[in-house]
Amino acid sequence: MNDDPALEAVAGNGLLHRRLFLRGSVAAGLTFMTAKTATAAPPDVPASMLVPGAGMSGYGLRSPHEDHVQRGFGSLPGTVGTGASRTPLEHLEGIITPGALHFERHHNGIPDIDPAGHRLLIHGLVERPLIFDLDSLSRYPLVSKLQFIECSGNSGANNAAEPPNVSAGTIHGLVSNSQWTGVPLSILLDEAGVQSEGRWILAEGSDAAGMSRSVPMTKALDDAIVAIYQNGEHLRPGNGYPMRLFLPGWEGNMSVKWLRRIEVTAGPTMTKDETSKYSDLMPDGRSLLFTFPMEVKSVITSPSGTNAMQGPGLYQISGIAWSGAGRVGRVEISADDGESWAEAALDDPVLPMSLTRFRLPWRWDGGPAVLQSRAVDETGAAQPTRTAMLAGRGSAYRYHYHAIQSWAVTESGEVSNVYS
Amino acid sequence: MSTPERIALLCGLFAAAMAIAQEGPNLGIEATAEQVAGWSINIQPDGTGLPPGSGTAADGAAVYAAQCVACHGQEGVGGPNDRLVGGHGTIASDSPVRTVGSYWPYATTVFDYVRRSMPILRPQSLSDDEVYAVTAYLLELNGIIAEGDVMNAATLPQVEMPNAGNFEWAYTED
Repeated sequence: MNDDPALEAVAGNGLLHRRLFLRGSVAAGLTFMTAKTATAAPPDVPASMLVPGAGMSGYGLRSPHEDHVQRGFGSLPGTVGTGASRTPLEHLEGIITPGALHFERHHNGIPDIDPAGHRLLIHGLVERPLIFDLDSLSRYPLVSKLQFIECSGNSGANNAAEPPNVSAGTIHGLVSNSQWTGVPLSILLDEAGVQSEGRWILAEGSDAAGMSRSVPMTKALDDAIVAIYQNGEHLRPGNGYPMRLFLPGWEGNMSVKWLRRIEVTAGPTMTKDETSKYSDLMPDGRSLLFTFPMEVKSVITSPSGTNAMQGPGLYQISGIAWSGAGRVGRVEISADDGESWAEAALDDPVLPMSLTRFRLPWRWDGGPAVLQSRAVDETGAAQPTRTAMLAGRGSAYRYHYHAIQSWAVTESGEVSNVYS
Repeated sequence: MSTPERIALLCGLFAAAMAIAQEGPNLGIEATAEQVAGWSINIQPDGTGLPPGSGTAADGAAVYAAQCVACHGQEGVGGPNDRLVGGHGTIASDSPVRTVGSYWPYATTVFDYVRRSMPILRPQSLSDDEVYAVTAYLLELNGIIAEGDVMNAATLPQVEMPNAGNFEWAYTED
């Protein structure tokens, strides 16, 4: 036994107290999972000190040594832009998703839009149909929200009968987190003058799919924004440049990109992407429409699937948690396949409908382990086990997979996706 | 609560939401009816938005052969992309086959979607008559309408889709 009480296990198979890393007292004992490098180690003088460095640039690029950090992506047969790219969660830390690594889901490619020619039309059951351009919207009161977008099809790979042996990002990478800045939709609707029978809106993009979704007026007036900025710069083309709808906490495809039209309607339009797709088929043949909020969820990103451990010793388990219903309340971690659980530390900030970073020290003894995280949000909603979530769902329920993820660690240090 | 009471309450809630919202600078330019008409392409389940024009399954077979078959296969089956025909009776099984005929709840959605986004390499290239015709063809292949039935703004919203009764809302309106 160690004399330091902070190094005592708080749950089975080596989980340590969440305050251990905060004290910094065991830094010398840490084992990091970073690649080893053989150059420029003491006593050799680093070559970078012997010549002037490179010049500046107008728009920065990451280190070429990071070029292996890529989104995986694929498109339907005969198309180049009908599919998705996935954020490589296992390579990222903190809670901000870089714009260039934000996941994308397109229904017929990324349109090339000149903002000078782009217009937003608001019409339908309003007193005054109005047209806005980017310049005019930029003069409106702006609000910023650090919040996630998650595709409702995220994590669907784990619906398969056998667990795919792939990375965290390949399974769960249809979620990203950005600071979105834009105009509250309520202001624009107020100026148009919503008539009393206007209970829904239809939001439509100016892409080649004419992507369109119906949104209840209550959400449109509550916290919807027409987003113009993403992490401080104008939206990326793949995320809706020059403007997109942003609906905090709701399934991602409803945050319609390249937004060109909002029609105020009495009822939902029943578009293809809210009836034939993004509806949830249950085993008895009934289907659910309008399953809007994304559920409470978490995933350990380090260590995670396809990682290799660097030998027994002290590690920090790190991951992300989120909920479409509000803030993450707590995250618990198990290293023994759910036999025992320990509460993880949450990084600040813990914001509503934002990714939240959790951490917990773990002393891996070199034996087999199954790592799991389970999140509970501020409403008390808890992330279910895969078995519990699938019970009653059947095999055709494609969307809203939010079960506990299990990563198995073998004695040889290989980490892989398993079903617990 | 009666419907008028609910509407009154809802309006009150909307007013409260407006009261705390910030004021905008009123920079929107009022749209003309012509501008709205040029952009408003969505079709409601009751047929609102359907344009003039018409088509039959026989007309649609030719459109389908020229524009659709490469992705969706002969008679809507066997192509590399979504299957459009058949699957009836499979929706409650372990291997549901979701097609226009077996799954989609509204015929108006077929017109809306085809007109706005198909064929995928040339969206909005079909005339309204062609969209009515190919919609009729898909409905006829699925056994939902007869071969000679004319689809137009009056008849399409009347088509009852076989699976329409199996959809329910997870969202509750206030």
